[in-house]
Amino acid sequence: MIVCAKQIQDPEAPPATFKVDPAANKVIPPAGVEPVISPFDEQAEEAALRIKDAQGGTIKVISMGLEMKRTVVLKSLSMGADELYLIEDPALAGLASFSTAYALAAAIKKIGEFDVIFCGRQAADWDAGQVGSGIAEILGIPSVTVAKKVDAVDGRIRVERVVADGYEVIEVETPCLITVSNELGEPRYPTMKGIMAAKKKPTTVWSAQDIGVDPSKLQARTKLLKLFVEERVGKCEMMEGETIEEAAANLALRLREVKVI
Amino acid sequence: MAENKGVVILAETLDGKLSPAALELLGGGRGLADELGEELSAVIMGSGIAGLAQDAIAYGADRVYTVDDPLLKDYQTETYVPVMEKVVKEASPNIVLMGQTAIGRDLVPRLAFRLEAGASMDCIRLEIDPETKLLKQTRAVYGGNALATYVSEVKPQMATVRAKVMDALPRDDSRKGEVVTIDAGLDPSKIRTKFIEKVKEEVVGIKLEDADVVVSGGRGMGDAEGFKELEKLAGVLRAAVGSSRPPCDQGWVPASMQVGLTGKIVSPTLYIAVGISGAAQHISGMSGSKNIVAINKDAEANIFKVAHYGVVGDWKKILPPFTEKVKELLG
Repeated sequence: MIVCAKQIQDPEAPPATFKVDPAANKVIPPAGVEPVISPFDEQAEEAALRIKDAQGGTIKVISMGLEMKRTVVLKSLSMGADELYLIEDPALAGLASFSTAYALAAAIKKIGEFDVIFCGRQAADWDAGQVGSGIAEILGIPSVTVAKKVDAVDGRIRVERVVADGYEVIEVETPCLITVSNELGEPRYPTMKGIMAAKKKPTTVWSAQDIGVDPSKLQARTKLLKLFVEERVGKCEMMEGETIEEAAANLALRLREVKVI
Repeated sequence: MAENKGVVILAETLDGKLSPAALELLGGGRGLADELGEELSAVIMGSGIAGLAQDAIAYGADRVYTVDDPLLKDYQTETYVPVMEKVVKEASPNIVLMGQTAIGRDLVPRLAFRLEAGASMDCIRLEIDPETKLLKQTRAVYGGNALATYVSEVKPQMATVRAKVMDALPRDDSRKGEVVTIDAGLDPSKIRTKFIEKVKEEVVGIKLEDADVVVSGGRGMGDAEGFKELEKLAGVLRAAVGSSRPPCDQGWVPASMQVGLTGKIVSPTLYIAVGISGAAQHISGMSGSKNIVAINKDAEANIFKVAHYGVVGDWKKILPPFTEKVKELLG
């Protein structure tokens, strides 16, 4: 099994720390806030670990990025993955979905045979939700997206896929790619034993050249024109009262007055 | 694709009719096509759907491609992507739009990679640039903390559209259009997935997406029991009950009740947020609501930045008298 995991700026950081550099169309990383693995990607690893718990197998994690903190990316090994591959190359920094998928697909081809690739449903920074499907398309394998449960059954993979009013059960042949959603449940915390073991597990660092990718040939399909924070206009009208009960009743009266109820 | 012209939308079906998302795409797609002076085509695929072509025309399409095949009864990536690829190659459009639905979010990235085109997912604004005539695609990023506007470098320009961003047109049966039947041409031996079943998790009461009033609870509700008080209020207001992400993750309420970037996107007339701090990912699912009420014990909570009316305090003390007063006013 292969898991794709991305290091991102912590999405749970307080909204007040979120700043954009409009000239560079970039987000300014908040000072003193540790990066994390995108939560959906941790859930992707959790899905793989549950299969490993039940039926065995090995899990290889691939991360691509720059300035990846070892303490952050090693968490995947502490959780229970067996090997870590880091693709660190300035030439591959800040790629759009299209090029990211090509680079990851190239790394997966280099790793070799696999049964299932797990990705998060989207990275919790750019929220694009395209890389997983893109890798599957490039590798020519079937994909099932937005999974809340993944089981290996008789050599096939059985997926519960979240839809608006419930879920669909889909069986897919291997090799395949599954993207995992938050409905899968909380990923496990690394145990002390897991953290100790992670230090002895193999980590490989690759450049673009190592995975046979020529960065000059990675042409983006979309162009970012503008990244901005929209001003929120208007202010909140706070309900007052002698007592909290009165404030509550005043809220109802006010909503009636403005004909909302 | 030599010349890319026209707007193509995928019109999804629901219970044997065009879905609300399909009608919105027809309305919005019509506007974009008119602005470009180009045609609007709708694609309808499924099993036994041919009769819906006239509906798509009445709601704005100039042309309808129908693909009717028993293999298309249920959505599967393996069947829908090649069929959509075939239709797009036939139509050679300038723009391809789908809803940000279970289908659109799965189909569009895969189709975009197959066509070597780009796509923007879950757009909340789509405009034609007056100078370049390109489609400017704006979407929420960083969990709704920021917005990003993109243009495509290649054609067709592809995007999925968030629910309720576009408006459906009134039905006009006098509209005329062309219907083109396309053969799915699927080889069953090449389908590597099998659709086993669909399990419906029915939420009792009014559906979130359709509700005019939504009452939502967050981490501050404390436990599943807390949501009972919300249900009382919802009963009086004929509202749907929603939730932010933590109560779903904690298992207090089903995941289908989640409002937010990774849950349901709602834009009711009235949205009441109780015990919700207002994480960006929740805000991006409800900020389109016309009137937002926040009840939270923390006066500094982010939710008050988007709310129109607020009460600071413990919901346990606020909700019962509020519900009582609303009942009295409506009675």
